[in-house]
Amino acid sequence: MSTPVSVSLLVNGEPIDAFVLPRLNLADFLRENLKLTGTHIGCEHGVCGACTVRIDGEIVRSCLMLTVQAQGASVETIEGLSDSGEIADLQAAFRERNALQCGYCTPGMLMTAQDLLKHLPVPDRQAIREHLSGNYCRCTGYQAIVDAVEATARMRAERPA
Amino acid sequence: MMVTRAPAETLSVLDRPNSYIGKTVPRPNLDRLLQGRGQYVSDLELPRMAHVVFLRSPYAHARIVAIDADAARRMSGVISIVTGRELEAVITPWVGVLSHLKGLKSAPQHAIAIDRACWQGEAVAAVVATSRAVAEDAMEQIAVDYEELEAVTDMRTALDPATPVIHASLGDNLAFERTLNAGDVDQALSGSEVVEADFVFGRHTGVTLEPRAVVADWNAAEARLTIYQGTQAPHMVQNIAALHLGLREAQVRVVCKDVGGSFGIKVHIYADEMATYALSKLLRRPIKFVADRVESFNTDIHARDHRCRGRIGVKPDGTITAFEIDDLTGIGPYSMYPRTSAIEANQVVNLVGGPYVTPNYRARARVVFQNKNVMCQYRAVGHPIACSVTEGLVDLAAAKIGMDPVEIRRRNLIADDAYPCASPSGMKFEQLSHHASLAKLLQMMDYDALRAEQTALRARNIHRGIGIASFIEVTNPSAAFYGVGGAKISSQDGVAVRLDAQGSVICQTSITEQGQGSESLTAQIVGSVLGVSMERVRVILGDTDNTPYGGGTWASRGAGIGGEAALQAAKALRQNVLDIAAAILQSTSGGLDIVNNSIVSADDGAPRIELSELARIVYFRPDTLPPGIQPELMATRHFVPRQYPFAFTNGVQASWLEVDTETGFVTLLKHWVVEDCGTIINPQLVDEQIRGGVVQGLGAALFEKCIYDERGQLTNANMADYLVPMSGEMPDIEIGHVVSPTRESELGAKGAGEAGTAGAAAAVANAVNDALRPFGATITEIPLTPQVILTALGRI
Repeated sequence: MSTPVSVSLLVNGEPIDAFVLPRLNLADFLRENLKLTGTHIGCEHGVCGACTVRIDGEIVRSCLMLTVQAQGASVETIEGLSDSGEIADLQAAFRERNALQCGYCTPGMLMTAQDLLKHLPVPDRQAIREHLSGNYCRCTGYQAIVDAVEATARMRAERPA
Repeated sequence: MMVTRAPAETLSVLDRPNSYIGKTVPRPNLDRLLQGRGQYVSDLELPRMAHVVFLRSPYAHARIVAIDADAARRMSGVISIVTGRELEAVITPWVGVLSHLKGLKSAPQHAIAIDRACWQGEAVAAVVATSRAVAEDAMEQIAVDYEELEAVTDMRTALDPATPVIHASLGDNLAFERTLNAGDVDQALSGSEVVEADFVFGRHTGVTLEPRAVVADWNAAEARLTIYQGTQAPHMVQNIAALHLGLREAQVRVVCKDVGGSFGIKVHIYADEMATYALSKLLRRPIKFVADRVESFNTDIHARDHRCRGRIGVKPDGTITAFEIDDLTGIGPYSMYPRTSAIEANQVVNLVGGPYVTPNYRARARVVFQNKNVMCQYRAVGHPIACSVTEGLVDLAAAKIGMDPVEIRRRNLIADDAYPCASPSGMKFEQLSHHASLAKLLQMMDYDALRAEQTALRARNIHRGIGIASFIEVTNPSAAFYGVGGAKISSQDGVAVRLDAQGSVICQTSITEQGQGSESLTAQIVGSVLGVSMERVRVILGDTDNTPYGGGTWASRGAGIGGEAALQAAKALRQNVLDIAAAILQSTSGGLDIVNNSIVSADDGAPRIELSELARIVYFRPDTLPPGIQPELMATRHFVPRQYPFAFTNGVQASWLEVDTETGFVTLLKHWVVEDCGTIINPQLVDEQIRGGVVQGLGAALFEKCIYDERGQLTNANMADYLVPMSGEMPDIEIGHVVSPTRESELGAKGAGEAGTAGAAAAVANAVNDALRPFGATITEIPLTPQVILTALGRI
């Protein structure tokens, strides 16, 4: 447990080589080693969704994954999705609708919402509520978040392909 | 939206052209949160920063016989292991009492327990290391020899002679008792139908998504302590830290940037936070403490552990003749410092029966110590208890005399033209709007149609219920809340506004931001009053070195108190700017106005000079100004309500839900709220405050409960076992408003932060009982779990 091992991965498109302890979870690696603090930690037991990141295109709880398990993988965090512009419209809808208050759940919420819209481009409100129901928000009561996701889906559907 | 106060004959600052007040505008600076680029305390790292973890008592009550930390001390990366006795050298203990709560008592509490632990989770030692992981490894190597003591867990027996006394020096386990007797309850009840019930409220907690976090940085060369903390009251933290570390306030700076949820959880100062400040001073380096989730459940304040026997008298015509309550609440082993843990029970006594005319009211509240985590103020302090008891009794009274729940409220709610008036408990009401609110609610929900639908569905064995709950809400607290009791918690707030050299505006305010929109409302008010666009207004908050002294953001005071201070400061600066403009333009200040970032002629709106040009002259060419002119492009104003101790607001909620009588599950279908918070600065922010509050109340109603066993062990201290509302279970929530501005301020804003939480659980409980009426089942306990419902139905 106490001997660091080598790990190589892509984080937001950037190659990263590091020596890490085998027990280091991915959330702590992103936050502490790479200083990518947008990935938040709420519970450290896989329930709250604040640490959601995307690995090889799928969303995962980074607090439940060891860094060494990400060997060779492509990890995308909120910083990467923001800078690439991939979720600019979703972020704008959140801003417009005040779909965040303290903002702590927001990176994980955006990750999860974008995942839904990739798999189900025009979800109804119940589908949105169900897909987001692994992400805690203690401030908003969720309705504004559902509204923002619904509005984004509608705008994307109307956008010419 | 209905406005109850007639418009003033002359235009006020609220009527200025291009006003942002009353308009939905997006909160400024949201992009940093949306991009994951906020600055929460848990993100902070400083050079030479060490991490502390706390070794916590596994027992609810135990004597600490010996602590053997030798093996842990020898581990690589361990900087220090500190016991309560050692820490006592740098920090003094405290006692959480207030003098206006007569008889309230508590025992001295230490930052780290000395000799004895009084709840499961109380820290008994601190481990400081180069990383949190190393500190946790070392913690496992510490051996503590405990002698387990009998734990006091059941508040119903806490005062029995056979129950051990937790703090021998106090004599008994009674922390506080208050009685109140108004009118003639016995006489009123003797001529009435009387309904009685025991209301039981689960102990629950805030579950802020970012756990409590603090970084304390003692700079030995400056003899100054900088505390980075997610807090709702930076100046309170400054005062308390200075007091107990033997420093002057000027030696302590509190910085609070982004805060990941608060809800009252982060308005207190916890023993482990005090220990972190002290460790930084002791070890002369920055120390970081971030609670993990298990620690949050065991040490963040809990709330609402009440059992309340309630009685109501009612005449056959629906007239409510009396309310009577006997409330019992358990607060853990200490009264929390500095706000004290007696405030909630005191509020329950203040608020029961509050929306109704009834002059006869008798109350007793007793607050007892237990060996459980500390209980203290959480969002809507006391309101959900008072509202659930009051509204539960009103519904029971209506059922007893066969009257519709809406009709009994119509006959007893205080009339909208009865104000100002006072409640039997002495609360002063300025202008409430119960009847207008109820009327609006009924129209929004289409009450008659819902009743018809309910009847039709019952015939098909589908059991839906409608629950109504009127409430009053304490907001804008004055010094009557804490100051009169001796607590150094400011009830006033201040705002400093200045024009910078390019004609933009900077405001420093003592209120804080935890996501409610404090920055936005401050910028909206200042921009409106000054005639400056919001993009040109920057708000600075959350830093005791850089903001006026004030209370912070709690108890729904940010908009009403901080907002008025912003308005008055902006008015003062506006006058200063116009005076200077008059000198430059050889005009009079009365002949000028500021609109859209420019000085204009008041009569025809013709542009005269850009604010940026005025600022350039003042800052860089003051030599060109007429002699005797000393421009002041900065103004500061403070505000606190004086005439009324609190600005009471009111509102009403309704719940529409379905109970599955086979499984006991409740499905929330729809929820409505009508709230009167006076002047609305940003409609969207107000609505979202209310929605978020409703959902916290719905959590209390259906899911949330801290479950202790008989030995005082918290058995569900994790997010998998302690349930909170998730998006899948929550209904859409419709919000309506009635507007009765307070005359205490020019702005007229009252608070809205407690409203949702105040009435949601009562509405749900009434709706469940309404659904179960055909079964003759009545439940007066929350959370309304399937087990509780099936038990009431006699199915288990």
